[in-house]
Amino acid sequence: MWTWFYQLASPPHVYRMAARLSGGFLAAALVLIAYGTIAGLVFAPPDYQQGDAFRIVYVHAPAAWLSLNAYVVMAVAGAIGLIWRIKVAHAVSAASAPIGASFTLLALVTGSLWGRPMWGTFWAWDPRLTSELILLFLYVGVMSLRSAFEDAARGDRAAALLAIVGVVNVPIIHFSVVWWNSLHQGATVARFGKPAMVPSMLWPLLAMLAGFLCFYLAVLCMRVRGEVLRRELRARWVREALGS
Amino acid sequence: MSHSFWAMGGYARFVWPCFLLAFAVLGWNLWAARRYHLQARRRAQRALAMADTDS
Amino acid sequence: MNDVQAWPAEAGVGAGAALALIVKRDLCLSFRRPEQLLQPLVFFLIVTTLFPLGLSLELSTLREVSPGVLWVGALLASLLSLDALFRSDAEDGTLEQLVLSGQDLTLIVIAKTLAHWLVSGAALVLVSPLIALALGMPVGVFATMLASLALGTLTLSWLGAIGAALTVGLRRGNVLLSLIVLPLAMPLLIFGAGATDRALADLSTSGALYLLASLCLFTSTLAPFAAAAAVRIALE
Repeated sequence: MWTWFYQLASPPHVYRMAARLSGGFLAAALVLIAYGTIAGLVFAPPDYQQGDAFRIVYVHAPAAWLSLNAYVVMAVAGAIGLIWRIKVAHAVSAASAPIGASFTLLALVTGSLWGRPMWGTFWAWDPRLTSELILLFLYVGVMSLRSAFEDAARGDRAAALLAIVGVVNVPIIHFSVVWWNSLHQGATVARFGKPAMVPSMLWPLLAMLAGFLCFYLAVLCMRVRGEVLRRELRARWVREALGS
Repeated sequence: MSHSFWAMGGYARFVWPCFLLAFAVLGWNLWAARRYHLQARRRAQRALAMADTDS
Repeated sequence: MNDVQAWPAEAGVGAGAALALIVKRDLCLSFRRPEQLLQPLVFFLIVTTLFPLGLSLELSTLREVSPGVLWVGALLASLLSLDALFRSDAEDGTLEQLVLSGQDLTLIVIAKTLAHWLVSGAALVLVSPLIALALGMPVGVFATMLASLALGTLTLSWLGAIGAALTVGLRRGNVLLSLIVLPLAMPLLIFGAGATDRALADLSTSGALYLLASLCLFTSTLAPFAAAAAVRIALE
């Protein structure tokens, strides 16, 4: 009964499954993102305070949410790989990093572009943007550490440990930045809060969140295949899988 | 789509770059993941070919 | 190096004795090269001098930014010496011997980190009043500043131990070490400089200091395990 669970640690099994899963996730992502984008841009009414600028939330919020999720996946997969010495887990951790980093960058830029009409400035040390910036630094640290080792297995283990230390720090960092920001909040109270959501605004947002999640999983599967191959170059199953 | 749609209530130069960038990032992810996989495949095939000639 | 009389290799050496032995050894080795001890201090001085040169020569302006400048300088100066925490021991094989000695690796890490903090972070704290004066910080703020720096440099030593252990085998690990440790140290900076800022503004500092203390405690309890795990990874 538990064979499906044990098979998750098997590189050839994961290599095959990821191909199928990736297609399914991508199809779901396409549908959800298409609906979310169109409904969000066309059918959602403009916000009372922010006008049409609030529509940026439809790409900013999913990007920020996924940036955090991808980091947690990277840390948890790394922990599994470290504790139980499962190579596939390290492959998942390594695969999640660049995807998460790209979403973090997207969240930062869209957040900055959203801030410009709202606050009048392209950058502000708002707690969420600042936390997101530090998250980007954490991603870069983990990716740099992994690539600095010549021995890939050691690099995986070091990067996994760093990711775990980082994930413990994420709530601390967020809390400290919020506290610090409340200290320095000037007289101009620029609230970067979420706009009040009526259903016609909310559904496209939920669709975009789900769509980005499916997209992340699809790309994760694609990357995992490459990562698994890299770690299993001379294994016998690779020969059959590549049909050579 | 009337002009007011593209104008996004005056915020066009913030809203549209955001969406364009978002799709660019999604596209990059697909492209980079596929490229990474293909590179790994090529490397694996080369490693197997070398192992064949060794034996 | 035959300077150490007895290694904690035989069964029967208690944890406390082993800890004291390693702290003593590391301190001995550090004081053999006094120039190495002075380097972080001088760096601290130089970096904090950069700010008046780059910002403003007016003490009134500098006073306002003095907490932040002091803290950033201390952070960067501490980072400089972190690379040495495990490196020389790793290079001559001592680290392996320590791991094989049978003593708890976490204990060994604690001992080495404490010894390191004594000669780097603690030294920076002792020098900080001079620099604070140079930046126009009023003397009434000193108590908060010293307390926050003491807690902060200690926390940074714990975080730095993790980073140093992770990068010990790498050739140019120094920049990577900073890249890894600094983001983790940002909450530290926020609470520490924030406490001193509040003291400067005559506000209550207890909240910030308690936060800093709890952060230090949290890091002190967890970091040694992470650093020990990192040492094992590096030596595998």
